Amino acid sequence: MKEILSGNEAIARGAYEAGCLVACAYPGTPSTEILENTIRYKEINSSWAPNEKVALEVAIGASFGGGRALCTMKHVGVNVAADPLFTLSYTGVRGGLVLVAADDPEMHSSQNEQDSRNYARFAKVPMLEPSDSQECKEFTRLAFELSEKYDTPFMLRSSTRISHGKSVVELGERVTGLPLPKLEKNPAKLVMLPGNARVRHPLVEQNLVNLSKAAATMPLNRMELRETSIGIITAGICYQYVREVLPNASTLKLGMVHPLPHDLIREFAAKVDKLYVIEELDPFIEDQVKAMGIAATGKEIISLCGELTPGRLRTAFGLPQPAGIQVDAMPGRPPNMCPGCPHRGVFFTLNQLKAYVTGDIGCYTLGFMPPLSAMDTCVCMGASIGMATGVTKVVSAEEKKKVVAVIGDSTFLHTGINGLMDMVYNNAPATVIILDNSITAMTGRQDNPASGHTLMNDPTNAINIPLLCKALGVKNIRVINPFDLEETKRVISEEMDRPEPSVIITNKPCVLIKREEIFQKGPVYAVDAEKCTGCRACLKIGCPAIEWRPAGDGSKKGKAAIDPLLCTGCDVCRQLCKFDAIGSVK
Amino acid sequence: MSQQITNVLLVGVGGQGILLASEILSEAAMLAGFDVKKSEIHGMSQRGGSVVSHVRYGTEVFSPIVPEGEGDILFGFELMETARSLPLLKPGGTVVANDLQISPPSVLMGQETYPEGLAERIKAQFSDFLLIDGQHMATEAGNVRAANTVLLGAVSKRLSIPEEYWLKALEKMVPSKALEVNRRSFQMGREL
Repeated sequence: MKEILSGNEAIARGAYEAGCLVACAYPGTPSTEILENTIRYKEINSSWAPNEKVALEVAIGASFGGGRALCTMKHVGVNVAADPLFTLSYTGVRGGLVLVAADDPEMHSSQNEQDSRNYARFAKVPMLEPSDSQECKEFTRLAFELSEKYDTPFMLRSSTRISHGKSVVELGERVTGLPLPKLEKNPAKLVMLPGNARVRHPLVEQNLVNLSKAAATMPLNRMELRETSIGIITAGICYQYVREVLPNASTLKLGMVHPLPHDLIREFAAKVDKLYVIEELDPFIEDQVKAMGIAATGKEIISLCGELTPGRLRTAFGLPQPAGIQVDAMPGRPPNMCPGCPHRGVFFTLNQLKAYVTGDIGCYTLGFMPPLSAMDTCVCMGASIGMATGVTKVVSAEEKKKVVAVIGDSTFLHTGINGLMDMVYNNAPATVIILDNSITAMTGRQDNPASGHTLMNDPTNAINIPLLCKALGVKNIRVINPFDLEETKRVISEEMDRPEPSVIITNKPCVLIKREEIFQKGPVYAVDAEKCTGCRACLKIGCPAIEWRPAGDGSKKGKAAIDPLLCTGCDVCRQLCKFDAIGSVK
Repeated sequence: MSQQITNVLLVGVGGQGILLASEILSEAAMLAGFDVKKSEIHGMSQRGGSVVSHVRYGTEVFSPIVPEGEGDILFGFELMETARSLPLLKPGGTVVANDLQISPPSVLMGQETYPEGLAERIKAQFSDFLLIDGQHMATEAGNVRAANTVLLGAVSKRLSIPEEYWLKALEKMVPSKALEVNRRSFQMGREL
């Protein structure tokens, strides 16, 4: 049977067909939908972990118990999971273990565009790279088999265009007859003390040599000889662009990007007149080809930055571009916080208080955008609190009061807790605002350890964030309603002035949550045009439901209006209006 | 190679239902026996940002994104996003657009104005331009939310996928209670 599947859906399907028993992840674009699809298969125990390190550790445990396990994350998630990963290559596996790393060239939804292939080489873990959804499914299946055959975890590298692209997939059946998981002790292999690890390391190196040799004849590495004046080594999505733009060139399509099949590369290079390596981001394949003493062209013509496109590849080869028309510049359309978003009033207040805001990763990173313009730093998941502590170590006593960290509930539980421990332990006088909207919103509303539900949608234990902060030793904990601007401003300024650590927790949910017991839209608001003076105060919160309607006489005058379809009745704009012109519609 | 490929671009604002429309198109193309690929960006762009979805079908499709300047049909759900994406279209390409304006943040805040005369400007550059009042027609068909389906109907007349596969795709992708309204809206679009 054929279906159109996204790369992520196909990876989930591949795991199902491979007999996978456990899938674990922390959500991250563009990898999130893999676990949202493994839940379609009741045979797979799928769960969200608080972060990628825990997710991988859960998968490792499942593998050591004898089951096949999948762990997925976005590229930067591998940074968090790197600690177990680098030793997992030494222990090897029992049940097959596949780690999917989804890269984001062009940073469509990421803070950097690191190339996960370097992790495969660095951690000494073999890596497959599919180039469409069919290969996502096949390579995932194959990775599980090879993982057990070679006693090593396998990585599968995706990218935004692979994970979120869709193409036709021929479905298969789930394998049967895999050994049943049961406890089996093997400490010499699984306890990585120095004595044991010294035995394991040479085996890891030998394994990679064996795989490199075997890779020369694996069907996933494929030499396609056409015209031999140009030969191109490529992999993943880049293969598709090469076939699109240079249909007559010979290609060596690599399905395994680590370790590289050296024999096959030599054979291919000998058959073509001029050799190119076409890859996005780092010269990962190119550097190794050159180190083999083979001349090749790559990063001289393909950028180290951003994603490749057919047009960029044409330019690289000096091919003519079709003459698309030019258009005039138009107002941009950046993403924005939703109408009724509980973060909006907090950032409006932080802007008013001229706080120095160390930020974090989530929807609230949009607090950086005008007119809220209230975020000063954003580096990685959980970094806001550590950065706030660090800033207070160097600035003057007066400036210390300005330092506020903002972090979401899911990000706090991901890697923010340790930062807060440090802040309390070392008594940094900063203020932390935990924007608890009861969900992992940015990636599309995933549950988390404080939301009360599992990935399988079962009710479960919910972490109590105020109690957790109390247990960490925070003495000043305030819970506020972020839609009450007076309370929000008063509490934030009191805590900013306090010369010791404090935590403020907001308590309103994300407006996109579908569970009615958690979020319900209130009565919508409207602007009374008689009372509106056109002062623009309500525009300062940047709510998409509020529109400025010019008077139309060429002057700067006009009035505000509220779109009843978008308004959720959060009440924030009403509190900004000094003329009592905004009220709920009876 | 690419002469045998049909390149469709669906553009608009996050939340308008562009992904569903591109899924229906992809499904119909697959049912008609074509190879199909589609690509778009999720994530940040969902928060009311610009969305561009690429759908390509033909005998064998390689790139999931339409090569720049090779779009055959631009299917616009919003006027300014339609105009913004014109450079992706080949000269002489077809534009089918919804006559709908959604103000971006800078316009909502009164800092910039929504460009005027966009439809006329598109018409001046692309003679094969169909402007549809999707909202109005879908309301006539029974539900304003089926506006995308009216447009999809109009686009379907300009593509080489037989009607039966469109109807099968609609049946598969649209919730059953909304199916009748969507079928009617689709037919209204086909008659344009």
